Amino acid sequence: MAGLELLSDQGYRLDGRKATELRKVQARMGVFAQADGSAYLEQGNTKALAVVYGPHEMRGSRSRTLHDRAVINCQYSMATFSTAERKRRPHGDRKSTEMSLHLKQTFEAAVMTQLYPRSQIDIYVKILQSDGGNYSVCVNAATLAVIDAGIPMRDYVCACTVGFVDETPLADLCYAEESGGVSSLALALLPRGGQIALLQMDARLHQDHLETLIEAAMTACKGVSKVLDQVVRQHLEEVSMLTGE
Amino acid sequence: MAADMRLPTIRKPVSLCSGERKDLVVPGDVITSDTGFMRGHGTYVDEDKLTASVAGEVQRVDKLICVRPLKTRFNGEVGDVVVGRITEVQQKRWKVETNSRLDSVLLLSSVNLPGGELRRRSAEDELTMRQYLLEGDLISAEVQSVFSDGALSLHTRSLKYGKLGQGVLVQLSPSLIKRQKTHFHNLPCGASIILGNNGFVWLYATPSNEEEEAGGFYTSLEPVSLSDREVISRLRNCLLALAAHKVLLYDTSVLYCYESSLQHQVKDILKPEVMEEIVMLTQQKLLEQEG
Repeated sequence: MAGLELLSDQGYRLDGRKATELRKVQARMGVFAQADGSAYLEQGNTKALAVVYGPHEMRGSRSRTLHDRAVINCQYSMATFSTAERKRRPHGDRKSTEMSLHLKQTFEAAVMTQLYPRSQIDIYVKILQSDGGNYSVCVNAATLAVIDAGIPMRDYVCACTVGFVDETPLADLCYAEESGGVSSLALALLPRGGQIALLQMDARLHQDHLETLIEAAMTACKGVSKVLDQVVRQHLEEVSMLTGE
Repeated sequence: MAADMRLPTIRKPVSLCSGERKDLVVPGDVITSDTGFMRGHGTYVDEDKLTASVAGEVQRVDKLICVRPLKTRFNGEVGDVVVGRITEVQQKRWKVETNSRLDSVLLLSSVNLPGGELRRRSAEDELTMRQYLLEGDLISAEVQSVFSDGALSLHTRSLKYGKLGQGVLVQLSPSLIKRQKTHFHNLPCGASIILGNNGFVWLYATPSNEEEEAGGFYTSLEPVSLSDREVISRLRNCLLALAAHKVLLYDTSVLYCYESSLQHQVKDILKPEVMEEIVMLTQQKLLEQEG
């Protein structure tokens, strides 16, 4: 890694953040009227739109019906204009299929699917602009959309990526850092209980460092959860003011 | 052609009522750690603590604690009036999409077939089910019972229910419909409205003769007059305006909104600034009427 210094001697990163600092998170709930639940979330320059339909009757293949709980169906896609190089296929390629599967696993851990036997919950997430941490931004946006749809969840699911540079964990990687050869780890957390919904790492890391890295990721997730909590509470207050009688 | 343009602005929905502080919770919030309470909808027990699982308002009835989400799918109760669309014709029953979490069921035995109320359902009736109701048809019905998995069983055993003919369907959130004694209204403006509890609202021209033929399976294909169509489209836009500002829908609020909108053209009602004005006027009228 010649040239690119991910962490300066003074402890600052490429975009001027400190090691444990998150990017600015902004979100809005209920952006579409026709969907059951929807949310828009920006984390730095990564922007995602999540839409939830359901729970509803199984559509498509009836054979996937589960008689004791709901089926969660996730679709992850990236807008063709989301990356620096124009994408050919917005969804359906190997990478987004894998991402859809990860999202599904994450939400099966958090949504109380056993309340809706024989139904289906659809979660569609679209990345509008990609600047690293796509998985975590998708999870955070989808959490808000699921809450907006009024679907019972054990807790928020908050996700964050963490990288490891110079013996220091860096929270919430941006694209430049992600592509700079950092071994990164994505973690989805149910913050109140501290349960891990998903942990993913596809780089090499010494076993001794894993503990600190997970620790840092959990702290970052809790930070994200505070922001999401604020968004939900504000939305709740605004809407209940209107319908209040 | 003239086009309307406006700059993007954050529009806050208008509201005249001063909402009092309510007990609002988000998923994961502990409501109480007292074990003397019963667990209702929207809650779960986590390590002996009663915890919320949806974002919404806490409701307590004696020892029962529920959390009612702001927006959710239709949770049917016996006696609710619904408007739905037939999705499937099966043996002895129709499947109806009613914005519920599972498709509702309309049994052949719970519809009024032409030729008398008390008639045995024969095998021929099963074969001619498609003649009565086809996939895509809209019906109004009442909830007869709720199955254990939450699916609804409907019935149309009254002349006021049955197949819907010519009109306009507006799909809104079920939480916006106010529960009332009757959900069928003949509005004085010249149209009729069915406010389904499931958030589906049906607008149609008031039928001239009250007698319905063939037990609700008769649909008039007479052309609807232009004035009626205008009234219906105005009502539709009014409903959308009220829904955008989260005003509860019932006959009075719809009628007041209709009256407030009369000074604007039908197509203008959906413009955000006109919408705000109309909804503001409607809310004022509603407050005055309340006293």
